[in-house]
Amino acid sequence: MSKGKVFVVTSGKGGVGKTTTSASVAAGLALAGKKTVVIDFDVGLRNLDLILGCERKVVFDFIQALKKECKLNQAIIHVKQISDNLYMIPASQTRDKDHLTHEGVKEIISQLAEEFDYVICDSPAGIEKGAKMAMYFADEAIVVTNPEISSVRDSDRILGFLDSSTRLAEEEGKRIPQHLLITRYSPDRVESGEMLSIQDIDDILSIPLVGVIPESRVVLDSSNQGKPVVLNSQDPAGQAYEDVIKRLLGDDVPMRFTEIEKKSFLGRLFGGR
Amino acid sequence: MSGIFTFWRANKKTSASIAKDRLQVLVAHERSANQQPEWMPKMQREILDVIRKYVPIASDDLKMEVRNEGENVSVIEINVDYPIGK
Ligand SMILES: Nc1ncnc2c1ncn2[C@@H]1O[C@H](COP(=O)(O)OP(=O)(O)O)[C@@H](O)[C@H]1O
Ligand SMILES: [Mg+2]
Repeated sequence: MSKGKVFVVTSGKGGVGKTTTSASVAAGLALAGKKTVVIDFDVGLRNLDLILGCERKVVFDFIQALKKECKLNQAIIHVKQISDNLYMIPASQTRDKDHLTHEGVKEIISQLAEEFDYVICDSPAGIEKGAKMAMYFADEAIVVTNPEISSVRDSDRILGFLDSSTRLAEEEGKRIPQHLLITRYSPDRVESGEMLSIQDIDDILSIPLVGVIPESRVVLDSSNQGKPVVLNSQDPAGQAYEDVIKRLLGDDVPMRFTEIEKKSFLGRLFGGR
Repeated sequence: MSGIFTFWRANKKTSASIAKDRLQVLVAHERSANQQPEWMPKMQREILDVIRKYVPIASDDLKMEVRNEGENVSVIEINVDYPIGK
């Protein structure tokens, strides 16, 4: 029996790109042939269904599955318009978080890990129950950070929780692997000294970098259409997410879109590509 | 004119480097605060009160820290600076 890998996508701060990342990472893994399920842990603020374009298929939700008001299978939506390998579990829209218990979440995640190659947990913002629960059963974490002072500080706090408040930390004294994902990066603003650089963020957080996603207008457009940006292989943000998937699967691909693109007309004529 | 301008630019810290400096200080502080046990602030206040019964010290003359020394030993280090001859 194979056991799937459980990832949490977390950050502390809200609005930094966790849901965008969860959707693109899940879709990318599914398209790479991995059977993947992504869970929206943002109880009360369901969003992932919209980003994945399956909001009209929502019948049951995560909390109902926890409370055993439905079977787990009934809460799982097959997102086949993106990939035959992609599934998701929507968050509940009730504000009642009392049913988010360790035992309940553990039962669901371990069942999913038996059936799927990857289980992606899209964490809510904050350091309250929902965020704690989303990280508790994770095998690895993706920490989403914007090159922005408050986001970096919040990520550092989340790293502290990831070190101490996961099942692996509490039961086995192990620190789960943590990957830094910098999103909404603008090389030109870094160059002009208005934005923290990759190096600056690395100096402070010092965890391995799994990717840099550039700021891109296409992200909004993708959300509007319910198609995760990773599906857009023309756009730098989509390509940067593709690279993240490759790295998560063990390929060593160089970082792209981290420098200002210098494309003068002559350079393009004579400089090869 | 442009000479002065570049001079000014070269000496001005970029806002990103100011942000980085602030983060470095803050994060170091928050990390060490996180590693201290929860009862530390209260114990610190009580110890301060006891010492003040005998010696007049200011609150920042008392420094306390818990350090891990090996697997099963933690050391509470208490440092009190107090003025002699008063
Ligand atoms: N690389 C990017 N470029 C531009 N906008 C982005 C990018 N990543 C995320 N966004 C935008 O940022 C906002 C917050 O993203 P979201 O994924 O919902 O964050 P979170 O789940 O962390 O709250 C959304 O409006 C999204 O479109
Ligand atoms: Mg979100």
